[in-house]
Amino acid sequence: MPEPVLAVDHVCKYFGDYPALHDVTFSLNGGECLALIGRNGAGKTTMLKILAGLSGAAQGEVRLFGDSPRQASARRRIGLLGHGIGVYDELTAIENLTIFAQLYGVSASVARHWLERTQLAHVANAPVREFSRGMRQRLAVARAFLHDPALLILDEPFTALDDRAIALLQGLLAEAKAAGRTIIMSTHQLREAMELATHVALIERGKLVHFGVRSAEMLADPTYVYRTFGAA
Amino acid sequence: MVFLQIAAKDLRSELRTKESLNASLSFAVVILLLFSFAFDPSSEAVAEFSGGLLWLVFAFAGALILNRSFARELPNDCLEVLIASPVSGAQLFLGKTVASFVLLMTIEVICLPIFGIFYDITWTPQALPLLGIFALGTWGMTILGTLFSALTVNLSLRELMLPMLLYPLMLPALMAAMRLTTILLAGNAIAGNDMVWLRLLIGFDIIFTVLSLALVETILVR
Repeated sequence: MPEPVLAVDHVCKYFGDYPALHDVTFSLNGGECLALIGRNGAGKTTMLKILAGLSGAAQGEVRLFGDSPRQASARRRIGLLGHGIGVYDELTAIENLTIFAQLYGVSASVARHWLERTQLAHVANAPVREFSRGMRQRLAVARAFLHDPALLILDEPFTALDDRAIALLQGLLAEAKAAGRTIIMSTHQLREAMELATHVALIERGKLVHFGVRSAEMLADPTYVYRTFGAA
Repeated sequence: MVFLQIAAKDLRSELRTKESLNASLSFAVVILLLFSFAFDPSSEAVAEFSGGLLWLVFAFAGALILNRSFARELPNDCLEVLIASPVSGAQLFLGKTVASFVLLMTIEVICLPIFGIFYDITWTPQALPLLGIFALGTWGMTILGTLFSALTVNLSLRELMLPMLLYPLMLPALMAAMRLTTILLAGNAIAGNDMVWLRLLIGFDIIFTVLSLALVETILVR
């Protein structure tokens, strides 16, 4: 049996005495998309930060492609879209994407390709601080997809996106899933998430209370997961 | 050579905004000017404390540059994206150190002639050895300062914390750089017993470079 793309094994994380994550275990294979849902403060962002190698687990283990998340070989295959857009306001769009192309060891020509895909080619040489919110978000999407990552880690990716950016992101995620990429996204936008998800996980107060395949009921009624598996 | 790409990115950002360059340079020039009114420029005493004065100015001006080193990555959560990229913590740290080093050396090179004019000190015959000492002292300051910049980046009082952590630990390098600079500005060569200060400065740079590169990954990933 092939090794899962992402394996989370009995992971715990504490902030002082407070258990932000408690004994979380799940795994994902190539082509699977996990919608990680839960109320604010449930531990979704903490989980994603551990997966992206931004934070360490107090107990348990995370393996990405069979490696620790802090291994460069694993990080090279991750695309991260967090709360912030992760680009520099004082640099131009093309400069931002070229820097990240260099850091990921991909050709600088990819930067221009992604500016075209995100419909930002006409502002390639404009500083990001002059961009509208929607343009900044599309640039962030381009930055996350630039190196064709095998694992996409997205923290509330649809929050505050405009219609154009939502359509763009949904299209790219569907394309990535069809190409066998693995996606894990935390979200409050249940309808958008359920359309893409193959699996659903519900976190409550740091505990994984449900992990399983997304069912037809979940697609029909996005609140089904909360009502069925969540605390009253 | 990923660290050079990080350094180039930081320098490009700084040249666009000039946030820390302007603040640091104005601060250094104002301090040099104010002290020139406090002392008689022709007095022999000036030669005695010239190295100390210059390095205190560099240390205070340097804190303004070093504070921005990792804080520059905070808007838009750029630091998270860099840490999640395949760039190692050591490469990221080295890139940031090189960028701060270049910025601080620029300030120092601009300040030296201004210092010569305000305090009536002839420094040109010793220009090359002086630049060598500036480079050694500045590397020690930037390597340690960048490490503390990474350590304090998420603190609300980081502008206060960085100097409080940096200056006490920098004392050996600062003392050596002050002494060596005073010797050179007096027109003498570094020789004999004074070589111990040079060895101390080089040793400081090597020890803290190795230590910082070994520690930075733990500091960045908490």
